[in-house]
Amino acid sequence: MTSPARAIIGAWAELRSRTPRILRSSTFRLALLYVFLLGVSVAILLAFIYWSTAGYMDRQIEATIQAEIRGLAEQYRQRGLTGLTAVIGERVARDPVGSSVYLLVDGDLHRIVGNLDRWPVELPDTEGWISFHLRERGPDHSEEHEARAQVFRLRSGLRLLVGRDVRDLEAIRSVILEALGWGLAITAGLALLGGWLMSASLVRRLESINQTSREIMEGDLSRRIPLSGSGDDFDQLAASLNRMLERIEVLMAGVRQVSDNIAHDLRTPLTRLRNKLELLSAELPGAGSARALADETISDAEEMLTTFNALLRIARIESGSRRSAFATLDLVPLIEDVVELYEPVAAERDQSLILTQTGPAHVLGDRDLMFQAFANLVDNAIKYTPTGGRVSLEVVETADEIQVLVSDNGPGIPSALREQVFRRFFRIDDSRSTPGSGLGLSLVRAIVQIHHATIELEDNGPGLRVLLRFERSLLKIG
Amino acid sequence: MHILLVEDDRQMADYLRKALVESGAVVDLAGDGREGLLMAASGDYDILILDRMLPGLDGLGIVRTLRASGNRTPVLFLSALGEVDDRVEGLRAGGDDYLIKPFAFSELQARVEVLLRRGSTEAPATRLCVADLEMDLLKREVQRAGQPIQLQPREFRLLECLMQQAGRVVTRTMLLEQVWDYHFDPQTNVIDVHISRLRGKIDKGFGAPLLHTVRGAGYMLRAE
Repeated sequence: MTSPARAIIGAWAELRSRTPRILRSSTFRLALLYVFLLGVSVAILLAFIYWSTAGYMDRQIEATIQAEIRGLAEQYRQRGLTGLTAVIGERVARDPVGSSVYLLVDGDLHRIVGNLDRWPVELPDTEGWISFHLRERGPDHSEEHEARAQVFRLRSGLRLLVGRDVRDLEAIRSVILEALGWGLAITAGLALLGGWLMSASLVRRLESINQTSREIMEGDLSRRIPLSGSGDDFDQLAASLNRMLERIEVLMAGVRQVSDNIAHDLRTPLTRLRNKLELLSAELPGAGSARALADETISDAEEMLTTFNALLRIARIESGSRRSAFATLDLVPLIEDVVELYEPVAAERDQSLILTQTGPAHVLGDRDLMFQAFANLVDNAIKYTPTGGRVSLEVVETADEIQVLVSDNGPGIPSALREQVFRRFFRIDDSRSTPGSGLGLSLVRAIVQIHHATIELEDNGPGLRVLLRFERSLLKIG
Repeated sequence: MHILLVEDDRQMADYLRKALVESGAVVDLAGDGREGLLMAASGDYDILILDRMLPGLDGLGIVRTLRASGNRTPVLFLSALGEVDDRVEGLRAGGDDYLIKPFAFSELQARVEVLLRRGSTEAPATRLCVADLEMDLLKREVQRAGQPIQLQPREFRLLECLMQQAGRVVTRTMLLEQVWDYHFDPQTNVIDVHISRLRGKIDKGFGAPLLHTVRGAGYMLRAE
């Protein structure tokens, strides 16, 4: 890809990310479409109103003009040209700047009588109607307005124009137009605002569902979508989703419960089996192969019991009941004990096991569980680091937390598997040959969780780095 | 050795009685808490093995009642409840040791023997000897066949623990509890490595080995 193309794509992506979420929401787009359709239909409606009002007034004016023409025609028939000019003259004299317009001209378009200065230059239509501009009439001479009239040719070569000033009509027309324009603008504005508000509320409610889904995906299955309490379709959707989540949670707890129950229920018969094997072994001759077989079977049963016990232990720890026994303890001597316990194991593998610490690190916790967690981590580090490797522990105290790092320079854990290794019985394929139950890290995580601490697996480049973060204990000793 | 076993699980009780009888004890069995308390109060037992959860009166109740009436017979609790609080609660009520089900019989046997010895009130020794291995607890010195042996503090405690129970099996769990003072499940047998290190110091280069591994149970320090 060429760099300008990449730049354009980048700019587009940035623009997209900068566009407010609401503008990208489908509800807002729907609202825009709605505003558009509403605007068009309102415009059509208003156009019809305009057309019928303005048209009605036009027809009224034409009817008035025609009535006047009929009156003048009557005069002309009875009294000839003299009668016509007299009537026109009389009418003009009575109301020289009124809304009626008259003009009688001879063949050369010279005025004979009327209140119009000159014959309009505009051409009449086939029915003799003419629209033209009036000037220099009325008090304000600079004004120019429309007039509508009908023109005739009389027999004697004279021409007659009878019309009306349509200034008022124009004024009404523009008032109507303005009103209609405002109406349209207000309608569109309100629709746009309504659409915005509606989609904002929808976006907000969808976002709460999204947020909850994200939290659930991060592992907190106890989260539920908040209801607005209105009982609307969104609440119904949220309630259905919540019921589904409850079902999933119950099922998952059930699966865990079943495995814990199996472990619990099988423990008693397994214990009896092992006990009977012990009695059997005691009765067999000391050096015989039957005795060896019995002893092997005992250790197999032992292994199963160990696994079941570990499983039950994790379940018990996860239930959190042990928190009542928490006390303030210093992690440093505890980790020193772990290091001291495992140092000969590391030495056997030519590994160095080093602890770096700066001073006491007090946390609130259970001493035995904490020892178990660090023992498991160190055990793993030693087990998976090749001969001659290095395992180091570091206790760091920061302003608001205590960090413990357990690092090795072994093969590490691929980032895709770093979350899975905490699952019960999960083992990386490469490590299947190494002894272990696949419960060690599950136990560590259960312990870490009841201590409200966090555990992260990181790349030590090469190797694995386990980072544990503990809240400081507020009850400081010394 | 006269033992009272109070256990409501019939199969478990039969197995334990059989195993204890075979190891040379006289065992009385009670199937519930009340019966157990009556027998414990009236009989003359060297040790009481009580299940923590019993119908009628639970193990804690029995011990409290006995202790309140001045009965000091050593008590070993058996329990499926294995958490630290349960253990602490059991020991606080007057129990002397606490064993979590399931356990290997050898573990029970080793602990029973420790309790029996604790019952016999002898003055704490300042000097321990097993064959030609000698430990001076005051000077914190160890020598074998007259040659001084340098031990790390933890190795010293490990050896002390083994020497105090010389001739008896000491299990790995007991060592973790008594030498390291932590209740936890090691994923691998770390104790074995410490033992082999200790073995390298006290047995290597000397005639007969003193530190023996007891298959499926633990370790024992004894003269051949």
